[in-house]
Order: sequence, then structure tokens, then C-alpha cells
Amino acid sequence: MGSPPHFYRFTGKILPWLSLLCTLLIAAGLWGGLVEAPADYQQGDSFRIIYVHVPSAWMSLFVYVVMAVCGAIGLIWHMKNAEIIAVSSAPIGASFTFLALVTGSLWGKPMWGSWWVWDARLTSELILLFLYLGVIGLYAAIEDKRTASRAVAILALVGLVNIPIIHYSVEWWNTLHQGPTVTKFDKPSIHVSMLIPLLLMAVGFKLFYLISVLIRARGELIERESNSNWVSELLEKR
Amino acid sequence: MTDRSLARAFSLLLRRDLVINFRQRSECVNPVLFFVIVVTLFALGTGADRALLLSMAPGVIWVAALLASMLSLESIFRSDFEDGSLEQLLLSAHPVTVLVLAKVTAHWLVTGLPLLLVAPLLCILLGLSDEGLKTLMLTLLIGTPILSLVGAIGVALTVGLRRGGVIISLLVLPLYIPVLIFGTSAVQMSVAGFPVNGQLSMLAALLALALALAPLPTAAALRMSLS
Amino acid sequence: MERCGVLMSGPGQQRSGEPGLVVSDLHCSRDGRDLFKGLSFLLRAGELLVVEGRNGSGKTSLLRILCGIRMQESGSINWGGSPIGELGPLYHQEMTYIGHHDGIKGDLTVAENIQLAKALGKPSGDDLQTILKRLQLSGYNEVLAKALSAGQKRRLALSRLLATVSWLWILDEPFTSLDGRGIEICEHLISSHLTHGGMVVMTSHHAMELPGVEITRLRLS
Repeated sequence: MGSPPHFYRFTGKILPWLSLLCTLLIAAGLWGGLVEAPADYQQGDSFRIIYVHVPSAWMSLFVYVVMAVCGAIGLIWHMKNAEIIAVSSAPIGASFTFLALVTGSLWGKPMWGSWWVWDARLTSELILLFLYLGVIGLYAAIEDKRTASRAVAILALVGLVNIPIIHYSVEWWNTLHQGPTVTKFDKPSIHVSMLIPLLLMAVGFKLFYLISVLIRARGELIERESNSNWVSELLEKR
Repeated sequence: MTDRSLARAFSLLLRRDLVINFRQRSECVNPVLFFVIVVTLFALGTGADRALLLSMAPGVIWVAALLASMLSLESIFRSDFEDGSLEQLLLSAHPVTVLVLAKVTAHWLVTGLPLLLVAPLLCILLGLSDEGLKTLMLTLLIGTPILSLVGAIGVALTVGLRRGGVIISLLVLPLYIPVLIFGTSAVQMSVAGFPVNGQLSMLAALLALALALAPLPTAAALRMSLS
Repeated sequence: MERCGVLMSGPGQQRSGEPGLVVSDLHCSRDGRDLFKGLSFLLRAGELLVVEGRNGSGKTSLLRILCGIRMQESGSINWGGSPIGELGPLYHQEMTYIGHHDGIKGDLTVAENIQLAKALGKPSGDDLQTILKRLQLSGYNEVLAKALSAGQKRRLALSRLLATVSWLWILDEPFTSLDGRGIEICEHLISSHLTHGGMVVMTSHHAMELPGVEITRLRLS
């Protein structure tokens, strides 16, 4: 996977299969979640938004970790592919975070009666979005893209160290100001018929991320290597 | 390359930055004025209701301190970057992290410490009790160095950009959140008469962490900015 | 100090003919455009390398890569047999770089600027008075650097070469804004450094007169 042309060819081969698998998983998850699973006895049908909300929330953090780890690999071993995966992850992670925020707020409306509550998890998610926007903004601001990816890697690593601290402090702040309210997103016990679709969705979302990050990375790679021989050969073949 | 020569380099660099700041004094006065003005604006914006002001005071003062510290961040590395001293620092035989620490220390002495000195004035304006003032001073003393240390990472990342000023707020402010939370809560609790050891210990832990870790990404980011 | 001892043997070896700075197969690009590729050369004690080329040909980038400030795309740079990236501060201890920017602080006096240059961990060179005399800045000790003329500032920047002892000088257009007298001083510094076994890599638009010095030229296109 080291050399850019090999990376490009290999990902080109596996992408269709990944897309097929991802579509199947998400379709099965949605069917299970929206049709098969019974309505919640307290929340009725509105709980079904968890099939989008929870996987997005998981992904928002997961993508940040992937971004920071790939950034570190790129920083230490100067691996171009890792750098590119890191910078391509940022917009996708930001989208997952945004999705988690929107679905969380949609879910909150029937439950809390308002679109926004300073719930610890939602607040952390909002701050995570800011962190993502910082990464994206920094990447856009630096013209030389290799330098920019190094900057992104450093920032992502700093963010990675800070996320647990921020998360902990926000949770602490939340309990302090609102009293120990039971957070509604906690599902201590969840029925198996509800859980299986959720897991299917989670894996589907992971694959979706993989697909989108590969597509973005391929585009970024072509752009950066536009002067090299393998890209011109590729263009001639077309 | 002995420890003594490293200590000498640290103190010389620190002294150098203090001398430069002393020779162009306006730079250190600006953040303090900004601090005071923002707090005044808050009072004007919310009305002079004493109870309301008092309940908001810790948050308002801390947010103003965050913004004041952020505004002054650029001066840590900007002029050194422009006149070429920064590349000389990176080419020194000493670890860059130690030199970064010297520069951040100087920056804090010049822009962070003065915030502490005007804090009593703001407490009078917002009607904060003596107990609250004492805690506020303590939290500012522990908290503002964290702001300088973490902020230095942001400046180092953006110093090569022609207009780094806007993006730096996006990079740095989210990282300031824990300091804001613990600083504000300590003051609120002490006004209400509760012990605040927990918050102060958390701030101290954050300071220790920032002291140990922040110079590393700062040095790496400076190398990145100069390349 | 033990580690220093190891490295100090580097220049010693160089005097007996071992190469000092070995650059092989260097590749550098900027914004996706190749500046140079497959660049190799070596520099021994007492040698002067002048890098030539038109504007934008990558002269400054090459010098900055040699300093370790900038990263090359590929290729290696060895100093006394080890890659400069691994040597880090140990390499910086033995080299001095004068870039486009003078790297002096306008709000510090001439003496304070020189004192600072001495504090950065390299072996100490001439004392303050000698430096000022050699650069013809005597009497300016207490003058703020911002009050100096452009040529005087450049001379103050050159003081870094004297304030510390280093084997390798990397000079980017050292003659910029120097007058006839200043150029003479600078040329004298360079030739005396070379006769003492030092090495110089530099760029210059100015044709130098260095009697008795063999100039190797490297042309970037």
C-alpha cells in the first residue's frame, strides 16, 4: 500500500465490492430498525432515529481517531497515503458529527420539547464539530498541501489528547449545572430485536466511511501527483 | 550543550523577550484594556441588575480573559517569524521545546500576569465578593499559563499564513473550554461558600499536562511553518 | 559532552580527506512542481560551493534543505557520515545559516543581538569587541539594531559567523545590501574560514574575488 499508484489501483478494484456490501448492510439495518423492530413502549416510533443518530455519533469520534492516527503515521514515517487519508477524513468526520447533532436535536424535540438542550453528549458533539472545522479550516488556509497535511496531523493529535479532557469537563459541568438528570440517550438495556439492526447500521456506517474516504483520497492523490508519470499514463489509457 | 548552557539560553531568551516588550510597551497594555472593556460591555449589554451581574460575573470575566489571551497570542512568534529570528532559534543546538517554553513564559509574564492585576477592579465593577476575588485570582494564576501554552500551538500552526488571526480563534478556543469550565465553576462555588479544591486541583493538573506536552506540538508546528 | 566528542571527530576526518557534507539524489518540489531532482554533490574541508540559477530555481530551497529547516521529497544529506535529520541539534551545533532575513531584533542593541547569538548552544567564537572590530561596527554596541542602515544590519547578521565556531557556513545571498567595503569584509571572512578548514555553501549574484580559493559551482536549472 506504500506507493501511490499501487494504492490507486488497489482501491479502484475493491471500491465496487465495498459499495455493494455497504448498501446491503444499511438496507438490512434500516429494514430491521424501521420495520421489524417494535415501537418503544415509552417513546413510540420516535426512538427509531437512534438507527441514524447512534452510529453517526460513534463514527464522529472514530473518524477523529483514525484521522489523528493516520496523521501521526504520515508525520513520523512521511507516508503520503496516510497523510492523504488523514486530510480526507476531516470533512467526512465533520459530516457525521453534524448528522449526529441534527438527529440528536430532532430526537430531543419530542422528548425535551425543545430543539436544543445543553446535554453533556450533545455539547461534546458540538465541540467536536468545532474541532473538525478547525482542522478543515487550517487545511484550506495553507497553500502547500504537503505542509498543510503536516499541520493537520499536528492539530489532530493535539485534539486527540484534548477530546477526553473536554469530554470529561463538559460532563462534569453538565452534572453541576443541571443536577443528575438521567440522560435520555442511555439505553441500559435494549431488546435484541432493536440491537441487531443498530449493529448492522454501525458496520454499514463504517463501510460508508471507508468508501467515502477512499474516494476522496483517490481524488486528492491524483491532484497532488498530477505531474508524475503514473497519473499521465492513467490519463492516456482513458 | 550542558544543562547550564541550556538554562542560560532559557533565561537569556526570556530576558530578551521581556526587554523587547518593555521597549514597545503598548503591546502589553492592549490585552488588559481589552479585558476591562469586554467586561464593561457585558454589563452595558445586560443591564445593571446587580443580582444578574453577580451570577454572570465568573463566566463573563473568564470569557473576557480567554478572548484577551487569544488576541495577544500572535505576538509570541509573529515578529520572530517575520524578521528571521525564528529560523535561527530552530537551528540552535538546544532543544526547541525549551526555547519555546522560554518564549511562552515571557508571553505569559507580559500578557497573562497583567490580567491578574486588574482582576480586583473587575470584581468591584461586577460586585463579586472578597472570597470570589481570591478564588478568581487563583484560577487566573493557574489558568492563564495554560491558555498561553495551548495558544502557542495555534500560533505556531498559523504563523506562516498571511492572515492567521481569524483561523487561530477556531483552532484555539475549543481547546480552552476545560479551563473555562473549571475556572468559572471554582469562582461560582466559592461565592456560594463551597470548597473549591477539586476545581483548583483539576486546573493545576491541566497546567502540569500543558507544561509537559504543549511545547512538543508547538516545536513541530514551528518546523512545519518554516518549511 | 561525550556526544560532542564523537562529532568533533567529524571535521577532523574531513581534514584527512573524508567527505564532510554528502548530498545524494536530492529531490525537492514546490506546489507539485519539481525544483530539482537527482542532485548530488559533496563538500570537503576548505571547499566553497556556490549555488547558481535564476530566480525561482530553488537555490534558497536547497540551502534550507541543507540546514534541515525544509524537508526534501527524497534523497539524503549526510554530515560526517550520519543523516542530518538524525543528528538534529548535534548538526546545528556545527553549522551556521544566514538567510534572506537578517534574524536580528530591531528592539535590541547590537551588543544584545550578538550576545543572543552566542547563547544558542554553539561553541563560542570571538568576543564582542573583536567581532565589532572585524565587522567595522565598533562604537555601535549600545545602538538599537533598528537604527542601523540596511548594510549595517546585514553586517550584524554576519556577526553570527564570528560569535560561534562552526564548520559549515550556509549563506543565502550574504552580500545583499552590503556596500563595497562590506563586501570586502564578507569576502575576507569567507576566505579565512576556508583556509582554516571550514566549508561554505552559498548563493550569490555578486561575482566574488577570492584569491587562492577554488570555487565549485552548482547550477540549478
